[in-house]
Order: sequence, then C-alpha cells, then structure tokens
Amino acid sequence: MITQLLAASQPVPAGPVVQWGWLTITVANLLVILLMVVVFVLALLLPFPAPREDEDR
Amino acid sequence: MSRAPTSLRPEPTEPRRRPAHDTWTAALTRWVEGLVPRGQWLPERQPVYVASWIYVFGVACLASLVVIIVSGLVLSLGGVAWWHVSTLGHFVNSVHLWSVELFFATMVIHLWGKFFMASWRGDRGLTWATGALAFFGSLGTAFTGYLIQTNFDAQWISTQAKDGLNAAGIGAWFNVMDLGQMMLWHVSLLPLVVGAIVVVHIVLVRRRGVAPPIGATEPSPPGAAAAARAAPTESPATLATRTGVEP
Repeated sequence: MITQLLAASQPVPAGPVVQWGWLTITVANLLVILLMVVVFVLALLLPFPAPREDEDR
Repeated sequence: MSRAPTSLRPEPTEPRRRPAHDTWTAALTRWVEGLVPRGQWLPERQPVYVASWIYVFGVACLASLVVIIVSGLVLSLGGVAWWHVSTLGHFVNSVHLWSVELFFATMVIHLWGKFFMASWRGDRGLTWATGALAFFGSLGTAFTGYLIQTNFDAQWISTQAKDGLNAAGIGAWFNVMDLGQMMLWHVSLLPLVVGAIVVVHIVLVRRRGVAPPIGATEPSPPGAAAAARAAPTESPATLATRTGVEP
C-alpha cells in the first residue's frame, strides 16, 4: 500500500505542447479535438445502416 | 360549492372517496402524463431523417451519463483514496474517467450537429437552452471531479482555481481547497442539478420531436391537424411516432 501511495504521489509530466501565438495546447488535447472533428465529419458523410425488413412492415 | 339537499343524498354505505381531481397527487399525475402521454415515452418510429449518424450522439451522450453515474456510485462507496490502493478501485476510476471523456466528446459533437442544424427552430428554444445548461452544469461537475482525485493533479488545479474564484468573490462559499465541500458538490448537488436538467431536456425532445435537418420537411401525418385539435397535449413528434413515417 505504501508503494502504491508513493507512486500516486509522483507528479505526472504534462506532456508536449504546441504553441501558436497566444494559444498553447497540449498535443493530447489537440489530438482529442481533431479526433472529434473527424468523427463529426464522418457522422455527416457515412451512410446509416438500413433498417431491418420486419415481416410486419 | 353547492350541495344537494340532504333528503336527496343517498345513504352512505361506505366512506366516500374524494374525487380524483381534488387531490394534489392526482393533479401531479395528470401533469406528468401531460408532459409526454402514457404509451409514448419511448419512440417506436421516427422520421426518416433520423436515420443518420449525426442523430446518434445525443443518446450516446445519455448512455455515457448512465455509466458515469453507476461507476461514480461505486467509487463513492470506496472513498476518495480507494482507487489509489485497490486494483478494482483503479479500474472503476478508469471507467468513470473514460465514460466522462466519452460523455463530453459525444455531447460536444451533439452540440455541433444541433448548432449547424439550428435546432432551436420549431418552438425548440427551451430544448436548446436546457441542453446548453446541461453542458455548463456538466463542466462544473467535471471540474469538482478533478478536484477530488486526491493527487498532485487535484492539488495543482485547486490551488490555481482558488485565485480566480477568490477574485470573483465566491471563494468563501465555493472553496476549492476544501476537499469535503468539493466532494459534496461532485457526488450530490451537481449530479442532482445536471440530472434534473437532462430529464427536462429529454422530456422536451419527446414533446417537440427531434429537430429536422435544414430544408427537410417535418412529418405531418394525414389527420395530424385534426388529431392535434382533439388532443392538444400531443406533440408533432408523438403524432409522427404514433402514425408512423416509413423510411
């Protein structure tokens, strides 16, 4: 337990950042935002699966 | 209230029941049923334009919220330090974190889709407003969640945030350095607020129907106008659901 508590108390490095003028953002956050944009565009472009043909329809 | 003459009143054989309309519980029942009529709480059919991936993100967001609440309940039983010392606690904490990530990602994509669709059209302004409120409420809930991680990350965030909140004059009532207070905000007060807003948002979506894409014609089934006059509590969405719109 002591080892785990010590491990939990270690600071986690913030990771690399990118900077454009006044804007500073971590690469991880930038990737998440870009991924969300990609998912948004795909949601608009990809066809939705056709509904199953039920016997009563 | 006028009463019948005593001679005409029947002999009471059993205790008289109060009329249903006379009780606050009956009034509450009628009000709840009026929000979304019974039997139409969940959609059976939807307009054809709902068959698009962009319409998936609202319910994906809702599903993430369910996972967040369940994993959060389990975490609250273990206490704030449980996830540091238990592999099960670490797993549940990770489920909580990643469901929050999914929650926000799907909520923001949902927001983008609804914004570019101008989803406040068709008397849906309150639906849009409650969605925005749910978003801001969720931000506060996530913020207090970061504060109760009981690690250096939480310490850094709280010490940075306190200066801004003190400058805004609310630090005395919303003290981010107080772990117990932040715990209560995160597991009790804010989830109740967000949960209530989400319920109102969903009820409004069921009443007004999902917003159609710009340029699309909202379904107006045959006889809808007459049915609407006969049952004014029914929304266009419920009418479309009841009548059915084939893709």
